[in-house]
Amino acid sequence: MTDASATAAPDAMIRLENLTKAYPGQAEPAIGGLSLEIPRGEIVVFVGPSGCGKTTLMKLINRLIEPTSGRIVIDGQDVTEMNPDELRRGIGYAIQQTGLFPHRTVAQNIATVPRLLGWSAEKVSARVDELLTMVGLAPDTYRDRYPRQLSGGQQQRVGVARALAADPEVMLMDEPFGAIDPITREALQNEFLRIQRDIRKTIVFVTHDIDEAVKLGDRIAVFGPGGRIAQYDTPEAVLSDPADDYVAEFIGSGAYVKRLTLTPLSRVAAATDWPTVPSSADREERVAALRSADRDFVLVLDGDRRPVGWLGRDLAPDDDRLTGNGLPLLSSLGPDDTLFDALNAMLASNADVVVVTGEDGRYRGTLGMAAIQELIHTASPAAGAGPERAAGPAPGRSDSPGTDSPGKEVR
Amino acid sequence: MNFFDHLAGNYAEVLALTGEHVVLVLQGLVLASLIGIPLAVLTYRAELPRSVVLAVAGVFLTIPSYALFGLLIAPLGLGTAPAVTALTMYALLPVVRNTVVGLRGVDPAVIESARGMGLSRRQILRQIELPLAWPVIITGLRVATQLLLGIAAISAAVNGPGLGNLIFQGLSSAGTPFAVYLALEGILGIVVLAVLADLAFAALNRVSTSRGLRVD
Ligand SMILES: Nc1ncnc2c1ncn2[C@@H]1O[C@H](COP(=O)(O)OP(=O)(O)OP(=O)(O)O)[C@@H](O)[C@H]1O
Ligand SMILES: [Mg+2]
Repeated sequence: MTDASATAAPDAMIRLENLTKAYPGQAEPAIGGLSLEIPRGEIVVFVGPSGCGKTTLMKLINRLIEPTSGRIVIDGQDVTEMNPDELRRGIGYAIQQTGLFPHRTVAQNIATVPRLLGWSAEKVSARVDELLTMVGLAPDTYRDRYPRQLSGGQQQRVGVARALAADPEVMLMDEPFGAIDPITREALQNEFLRIQRDIRKTIVFVTHDIDEAVKLGDRIAVFGPGGRIAQYDTPEAVLSDPADDYVAEFIGSGAYVKRLTLTPLSRVAAATDWPTVPSSADREERVAALRSADRDFVLVLDGDRRPVGWLGRDLAPDDDRLTGNGLPLLSSLGPDDTLFDALNAMLASNADVVVVTGEDGRYRGTLGMAAIQELIHTASPAAGAGPERAAGPAPGRSDSPGTDSPGKEVR
Repeated sequence: MNFFDHLAGNYAEVLALTGEHVVLVLQGLVLASLIGIPLAVLTYRAELPRSVVLAVAGVFLTIPSYALFGLLIAPLGLGTAPAVTALTMYALLPVVRNTVVGLRGVDPAVIESARGMGLSRRQILRQIELPLAWPVIITGLRVATQLLLGIAAISAAVNGPGLGNLIFQGLSSAGTPFAVYLALEGILGIVVLAVLADLAFAALNRVSTSRGLRVD
């Protein structure tokens, strides 16, 4: 077997071997000799510019189109040996243009594959409601609507629910969040990750948004023109060590900032040395705390140790703002927020520190600007050698921090 | 004696002929559907067979009706047989063409997602394509019906059934006192049938098309 994937996966759910697809009448093949292993239970994101063959590869996997040459093995079985309809019933497929059935209600659309598989009516309707809730559409409101009575984003969510309906082991999702506004999109991405933590499906996810790829992928396959995979690796590795100029350019500027999104605060140690006072403390105790503090402010924690406000050092001892919860907290960040959110909150509130809480909303500590800087340079495997790595890629990368390489081209 | 007195005198005959007319048109329509819809289903994906079928059905429609009815006497004799055959041939084009247009008009993304979920070719046709093409197919049947209601009058020329008999009777006795009334009864009968058929098709469309296709 040829193994062109960068990281050998011990338990491949989907294995593509030397796959080629040439559409009739096209000079260049859409996919040219591609090999790839997709590990069980992981999200692999295909990312790349328009027309590079991402959709083509997905359709090859569920045999909507047949390869010109090469082999596709799913869960140890060569797909060409399977009945294509049965193969597809076992693979959830959310297509780029959603493709909901306009003459069927939302519930009937979602029920398509369960019905094909002969589920009982009660089981189907319970599943429909469960899925609608999961994708954030109230079942009572949306169950009996028709696709044309939904917005584009709602249709995409129904498309995702429909793909998930029969609980397939493998999901192919072709830009499922493409038509959704950034805020809902982010909520759906978070929801998607939360669901995936429980269901652990093998998911192939297509996007041309590198940020989405970084956020969702356990691994990213960066496609180049002509269905070539330029790099197949973890998001961390793609961002910190792009395989070539093409990948570096595709990531675009701001690779370091993008890497911030990879680290949730739950994985970051918070400093616990910030001065705090309980909200039950009286004026005297508060003034004393401020006097002894070596910082510009003191945090106020309520009875459950939730951060509720802060007291500034410049407050006069008789200032009214010295009572109660003090000044309102501009931001406190939970375990699912990332270093990126932390940095953003600092910039937004013009502070160099943010308050970090745990799952239960209780105070966990603080995170400062300097700590973020340190984290981003130690989190990366290659960062030991400093920002300009010895094995670093070609000059001209726009994402290198401006350090000690004179004459560096800046685009 | 005015027109209504005349009608009061022979309304039983008019009703009977109207009934025959309806049956005749329905026969042509049903046969055309039984032949045309499967033909469309078989050929809509393949360029060459599709254009052959449409061309042949188109040629049928251009044959002058009087000539076609007459020509069919030789193989089929007089009466209902040549009439039904001719009507079937005329109805073929609207039925086939609308079925083809309806099936080809189904959003390819819908078909791709259906295939992607593992519906078989046949399930896609029955559960997805035909229901989505249905409003267009009904329109074809509606057009065919209007067409046949008029052309069916010619069947009287080959001793066939229907309201054409009143018209031909009137025309052949032109100059006699009630000739015009006879022809008028035949024509009015057809017009009333056309209006009723239109209403019936509108109702059929409403009850048989998914609500999801009607909402905007
Ligand atoms: N049915 C087809 N017949 C011929 N060429 C095709 C067909 N489908 C796709 N192609 C070509 O194959 C190439 C890859 O197309 P594909 O749809 O896989 O791209 P993609 O990466 O999904 O792009 P996008 O991000 O725009 O969805 C393109 O050059 C396209 O023009
Ligand atoms: Mg695509």
